[in-house]
Order: sequence, then structure tokens, then C-alpha cells
Amino acid sequence: MGRYVARRLLQMIPVFIGTTLLIFLMVNALPGDPVKALWGDKPPDPAQVAQIKHDRGLDLPLWEQYLHYMKGLFQGDFGNTIAGNRPILDEITQAFPVSMRLAAMAWTFELVVGITLGVIAGVRRGRIIDTTVTFFTLLVISVPIFVFGLGFQLIFGNELGWVKPTVQDSENFQQLMLPALVLGLVGLAYVARLTRTSIKENRSADYIRTAVAKGLPRRRIISRHLLRNSLIPVVTYLGTDIGALMGGAVITEGIFNVTGVGNLLYTGIARREGAIIVGIVTVLVIVYLLASLLVDLLYAVLDPRIRYA
Amino acid sequence: MPDLMKTPPADEPEVALAPPSGKAAEAGEVGGARSLWGDAWRDLRRRPLFVVSGLLILLVLLVSAFPGLFTSTDPGSGDLTKNFLGSPNLTHFFQDDWFGYDRQGRSIYARVVFGARNSVMVGLGVTLLVTFFGGLVGMLAGYFGGFWDSLLSRITDVFFGIPFLLGAMVVLNAFTDRDVWVITGALAFLGWTQIARVMRGAVITTKHADYVMAAKALGAGTKRILFRHVLPNAVAPVIVVATIALGTYIVAESTLSYLGLGFGSDAVSWGADISDATQDIRNNPHTLIFPAGMLSITVLAFIMLGDAVREALDPKLR
Amino acid sequence: MTITEKTADVPAPRSGEDKSGRLLDVKDLHVEFHTRDGVVKAVNGVNYSVDAGETLAVLGESGSGKSVTAQAIMGILDMPPGKIPQGEIVFRGQDMLKMSGEERRKIRGRKIAMIFQDALSSLNPVLSVGYQLGEMFRVHEGMSRKEAKAKAVELMDRVKIPAAKQRVSDYPHQFSGGMRQRIMIAMALALEPDLIIADEPTTALDVTVQAQVMDLLAELQREYNMGLILITHDLGVVADVADKIAVMYAGRIVETAPVHELYKRPAHPYTRGLLDSIPRLDQKGQELYAIKGLPPNLLKIPSGCAFNPRCPKATDICRTDVPPLVPVTERDGAELVGRGSACHFWKETIHG
Repeated sequence: MGRYVARRLLQMIPVFIGTTLLIFLMVNALPGDPVKALWGDKPPDPAQVAQIKHDRGLDLPLWEQYLHYMKGLFQGDFGNTIAGNRPILDEITQAFPVSMRLAAMAWTFELVVGITLGVIAGVRRGRIIDTTVTFFTLLVISVPIFVFGLGFQLIFGNELGWVKPTVQDSENFQQLMLPALVLGLVGLAYVARLTRTSIKENRSADYIRTAVAKGLPRRRIISRHLLRNSLIPVVTYLGTDIGALMGGAVITEGIFNVTGVGNLLYTGIARREGAIIVGIVTVLVIVYLLASLLVDLLYAVLDPRIRYA
Repeated sequence: MPDLMKTPPADEPEVALAPPSGKAAEAGEVGGARSLWGDAWRDLRRRPLFVVSGLLILLVLLVSAFPGLFTSTDPGSGDLTKNFLGSPNLTHFFQDDWFGYDRQGRSIYARVVFGARNSVMVGLGVTLLVTFFGGLVGMLAGYFGGFWDSLLSRITDVFFGIPFLLGAMVVLNAFTDRDVWVITGALAFLGWTQIARVMRGAVITTKHADYVMAAKALGAGTKRILFRHVLPNAVAPVIVVATIALGTYIVAESTLSYLGLGFGSDAVSWGADISDATQDIRNNPHTLIFPAGMLSITVLAFIMLGDAVREALDPKLR
Repeated sequence: MTITEKTADVPAPRSGEDKSGRLLDVKDLHVEFHTRDGVVKAVNGVNYSVDAGETLAVLGESGSGKSVTAQAIMGILDMPPGKIPQGEIVFRGQDMLKMSGEERRKIRGRKIAMIFQDALSSLNPVLSVGYQLGEMFRVHEGMSRKEAKAKAVELMDRVKIPAAKQRVSDYPHQFSGGMRQRIMIAMALALEPDLIIADEPTTALDVTVQAQVMDLLAELQREYNMGLILITHDLGVVADVADKIAVMYAGRIVETAPVHELYKRPAHPYTRGLLDSIPRLDQKGQELYAIKGLPPNLLKIPSGCAFNPRCPKATDICRTDVPPLVPVTERDGAELVGRGSACHFWKETIHG
């Protein structure tokens, strides 16, 4: 087991370098100049532009900039913002806990509601409840998420007044409830679909027939024999979705005015603050890589065939 | 007995697959050669979901190809006297005021008709690109294994590590003039990993199948094995995933439009119209409902099609 | 969550109804499947019975309905698409088809157990064999986890799995094919049921292991005096183990006989064909006999005798009239106990 973890950790290194390099290139190699953008519509002063670029190392070749950046990263230095010259690490550490809370809540929705719906639909295939769940999940996937966000905000926030339309206090769980629901909605639908398909596939397996032939009660067959085998693909999805939830919060955070990573990213992109984008993506990649490591380990726990392979 | 307690009768599949016995064949009995796809097609034609989604997709394709057949009104010309004019007149079939007017007094019906093309082209374009490139990467990685698998899989991991929407935002932000090609390219650039992974898995499974081993033993060349034996059998899950993904690309385009990173304001697209309409959602919800409804129905059709094909191809799900 | 339900209240044999001493009596059983292509008539009026300590071998090709009959007895048929339009399955004097789902569940595993063909796919890959064996005791007898595990080790010893104590926590994929089938047998045996149904228990195994597993099964059956229904398509397996044989074709029993009688003097052309297609050392160099044609399409069973398109002796009557299963007698009319044949020309087949 220890060697397995070590090998997976080693494999993560090239992926980490590759992903950060890729986002770095995407941000910096594409057309657009963040320094000139500081002047807005006015013609920039070439001397001043050159000076700022020199100070920030922006006149160096891209690969050198990347090396500098990575070196700083290992010392906990994510660089400074171009506008305002503030340490990016501060901005990130401010925004991250908020997004993390939101993502954790959304993830819990996905896990609990998604699996429950999926199991119910999978076990009662062809019944009304199966059709209803299937239709609901299809609907959620096919309607753009901002339509749900704005719609819920209008209905539950403004019309019914059940919740505050926007989040004023990002530590208040009640206020985060609606944004978390919206954020987790698509993932919830995918989890339900995956669980349902997986259950439907497994329920005709030979070992389920054996379990029935053993005279086990239906509940036990579902909870002990069917569910455990069926959840293996779902675990993969849930694992990789943690990172996606934090990065994908741009829309939800925008609508509900949550000051998290999504908001920060949006400003970063709009102002072409490459360093902010790269910094956030770097953290997200670390989250993603750790989550997939966790998924692999969980796999080994769930499926002994992998454990002893 | 509870319906969970089911197993397919052990004898049944063999029976169903048995070629007709002498007498039955004489009588012209059904049950001749039944391939995976042939069987799936027979199954599909009887599924209302498949028929409905198929017809919807045909209609959407027709609208995108020949919008002029459905309205002669210019979707760009606004008449400010008609600004938000009244609620939609649902009985005025195919007329300008069928779906009402938007803030600038443009016919929403005409915009929905002319907006179809951009959304559908993005969806189709991205799907074709990712299926080709993702499929190629997945096939090579899965079939050759070893070093190539490690290399290609790590590259896939690298792209997979960047959240889809976030990456698309970064790329699109660099372009000021965003047309169909730019948006398609950006989404495909980040979206191919899903297909690559599915293809790789399918090829690995197929590679070890007995009939591929047999072809190898008979001395078939790599190219022949790959294109005649592995690909046709590995392609089923890819088609299913691609069909469903097509719908999600259309949704992604609208989301990017909402963020101001989709089509420019002068282009007619469902995504742009939906994001425009979000400002008027409170007092004039009809401006949102029609383009969003059309987009959702189109996406729904593709996902239902993918689901139907998946269930038809997988006997366990029937 | 642990659901342990005591199942002490299994219907006990009522003295009045159990005079025959029959353990299981299948009467005129019909099973059909409603599929897209039409109604598949898998079982069309099967009758057979098993007594305690007796072994009935059910012989037939795939599609003959032998497994479907067994699943109907076990109550694990897929319903729908499966349907039992007609018939009775009488176990210890009670018709199981009239019981509630819960009553049947309590019989499954405890009174009637089943051994499946492919032990690898029939055992749950993610649960240890000890857990899967112990589950029988925990569910049916309400034992604790610890007691059940001890029982599991005992069972594994019983079926001669070496180092049972160390291997009880292993998973199915860690065992060899023969050992896995032993685990399946142990599981079926756990609660010492009255009847075991073994559905091709050795088909998936190596020839060398087949004999060991068969011998073990026979030994345990004698020891516990259980009834055994052995489903197989392999005539070789049957000879040593079975007391009587029922040959099935297209969902019907075409011949019944005590085991050695059947080998000596088959009374149905199909049985004869099966026997002739066994390779024999003393006929080396001769061409191997094969029954011509293919098993019937159950969607469209031939009229008359279902075997007629493949039968070398078929005449017009075979194409129009379904032959009933009639008692087979000696030339002089003396009764042959337990013999029956569903052939219009059984006399010619056995005596001529």
C-alpha cells in the first residue's frame, strides 16, 4: 500500500508541472497586454510600461518567467497583482475558505441527494419514481445553471423571501444554502444518473442472484451487496468534482455575490491578471490531484480486486 | 416477489440468439443475423424517447440550416415602439409576435430561429473535434500501451486538471472577436480529455477480447486489427458519451455568453439572448423563457438520444 | 445496519399432507418469458419429484428449460418478463407458488439451497468469503458476527479448503476455480438444507477438479441425507452420482429413468442421440455421432413432437401430435419402475 501511494505521488509530479505550465502558457502566450491595460483607454507611456514590465520580470522569455514563478511558489510567493501590487497569496487565502465552505456544502448535496435519488430510481426501474428522477436530472443538465441561479434567486429570495437574495455574511450557513444548492445541482444530477445506471447494471449480476438465492432480505441485498459494487464509479466522479466545484463557482458566486475564488477568478480574467489565474489554478490542481489520490485509495478499500492486484 | 430479485433466465439469451431452426427458416421467420448495432436499431425504433428526441434533433438541424423557411423577419432589426410589447401571443403560430418582443423590440421568435445555427454549430463542431482528436489519443494510448499510454495519459491528465469552464474563460478572454470558430476551438481544446479517457478504456477492453486475439493469431496487421476489429467495437461508448457531451457544449456556450465571453453582442445566438434576457427576468420573463426553453429542449434531445442509444447497446440496461 | 431475522417458523411438514414422503414435487409446471420478439415458452408442463437422500439429474441442452425450472423452484425467476401461468411446486406438502414472498424467502437458503455454475461471478467480488458464508448464519439464525465467522471457518473445513482459518478473510478472486466452487457448495450447505439444486456445478472447472468437486458434493449429500437436483448437459458427470434421470427437450421432459437403465436402454431417440454422441475409446477411429440440427427456437416450437425436425425416426404423426410422457414397459408388458418416454415410437426405440 505504501509503495502504491508513493508511486501515485510520483506520477502526480509531471501532471502538476504540466498543468501549471499549460495554464501559464494559456494566460501569457495569448494576445492581450495586462500592463497596457492599466492605462485603460488612454495611450500608455512606453517608458513606464517597459519599467513596470522589467520590475515584474515580464520582459523575460516565457520559460524563464515560468521558472521564476515556480520558484516563488515553493517559497509560498504567488507574486503580486499588477493593479494595486498586492500579494496574490493574501487574496487567495482570503477567498479560499469561503469557496471551500460553499463547495463542501454543494458536495454534500451531491453526495446525499444524488446517491439517494439514484438508488431509488435504479431499484425501482421503470416505475413512476424512476421516470421522475430521470426527467429531473435531464432537466437540470440541459438548463444553463445561471438560469437556475437567477430563477431561484428571484423566486426564493425576492418573491417568497425565504432567503436573502444575496449572501451578506459568507460564514452564515443559512445564507450559503441556496448558492450551494445551485452550485451542486448539476453534479447532483450526474451523481444520480451514474448511480442509477450503475445499480441497473449490477442488479442483474450473478452475485445478486446468489444473494437472493441465499434468502437474504431485500434491504440487505441492496445495502450490502448491490450498493457497494455500484458506488465504485460514483466515487470517481465525486472525487474529481471537488476541484471542479471550487473552480466552477464563478457563476454562482457572481449571482449571489459571494466573495470567493470564483469572484476573484472572474476579476483576474477580466483584468488579465495572469498571476491571479495561475495562482488559483495551481491551488485547484493541487486539490484535484489530492482528491484523485484519495479516490484511488478509496477504490482500493471498496474493491479488494484492486487492493491485491 | 420484489422486483429486485431478478436474474435473467440463464437459458433465455441463448434462445433469443439461436438461429432459426430448419422449419422456422422456411417459414421466413425473423431472427436472422443480429449484430450489436442491428439489434440496437430494432430496439431503438420502438422507444418513444428515441423517436421523439430524433425528430426534435432533425427539426433543430433544419431550423439551423434554413432559418429562412421559418421566418422572414430580420432578427437584428428592432422596432423600439414594440419594446417588450405585451406578453407573447401563443396562438399566433409562426408570426413575429408569437413569442413577444425583447427590450429593443426585436421579434423573439425570429431571434430564436436565427439563433439556432450558432448554438448548434458550436455543439456539433466541438463534438466532431473532440471525438476525432480525443478518440485518436485514446485509441493510441489504449492500443499501444506501455510508454505511449503513459505519455498520452499524462497529457490527458494535464488537460483534465484544468477546470473546463475556467480554462475556456481564460482562452476566450484573449480574443476580442469571438466567432463560431474561436468558441468551438476553445471548447474543443479543453474538452477532448473526456472522450480520450472513454476511448482508451473501451480500446483496452476490446483489445483483450478473444476475437482480437484470434485476428492477431491469424496474422492480421496492426492497421487492420485497429480499424476492422478494435475500433468498430470500441466506438459504441464513445458515441454515447459524445452525443450527451454535445448537449453540454451548447450549455457551456450559453454560460460563457452569460459571462460576456461568448458570442459578440451583434451575433444572434441563444446563449447571448439568454444572458441578455437575465436583466429583464423580473418583469419580462418571456424574454428569457423562449430562448432558454429552445436551448434546453435541444440539449435535452441530444442527451435523451445518447441515453436511448446507451440503453439499446447495453443489454443489461434494457 | 444489520438485519437479522430469525427464520425458525418455516412451514413444518404437516403430517396429513406429507404421506408420500416426497421432498419436492413439481407438477405440470409452465414458465414463459414475455420478450420483444414474442412469448418464449421455456418450460411446458414439467413433472418431477425428489425424495430425501435422492439425486435427480436433469439433463438437456442449453435452452431445454432445465435451468429455468430450477430457478422457478428456487423462486429467483425474473418476473416479469418471466411468468408461471400454470403448475405447482410442492415442497414438503405445500405449494410454494401460493406462498407470500416473505415465506419463500425464508425457505431459500435455509430449506432449499442452490449452487451456481460460475462461482467467480456468483460470489460477490467485494466481500470476503467468510462474510458471505457467515451471512447465512447471521440472517437466518441471528448469530453475531463473531459466531458467524467461526461457523464460516468450520464450513470451509467441511468442504476441505486447506488453511481455512487463514483464508476466511480472503476474497473470491484469491481462490482457484475449484476452491471457489467449494465455497459455493459450503454456502449452500451452511444451514443443512433439505434440498440442494446444483446448476451445472462443474461445467466451469478443469476436468481434473470436476471429479473432486462432484465427489465432495455426493459425499456431503449422503451425510446429510439431502435431496439433490443436479442440472447438467454432461452425461459423464451423471452416471456415478445420480439415482434417476430426467431428460429435457424444449421445455418438456422427454424421458425419465433410473440412471443405469437409461444408459443401457434409452427409450427416446433424443436420449439415444445424446448417448451416441459421447466419444468412446472402443470406437476409436470411427466418426463421432452428432445429433443433426439445432435446438428449437422457443419462440416457435415445432408442432407435434418438438424433436421431430432432428429425429431420424420422425413420421407424419410426430409432426402433428404431441407425444405424452407414457410409462415404459418390457416387451411383455411388465412394469419398468420409474421409466417413462414421450415418444410415439418408444417401443421401437427401446426394444427394436
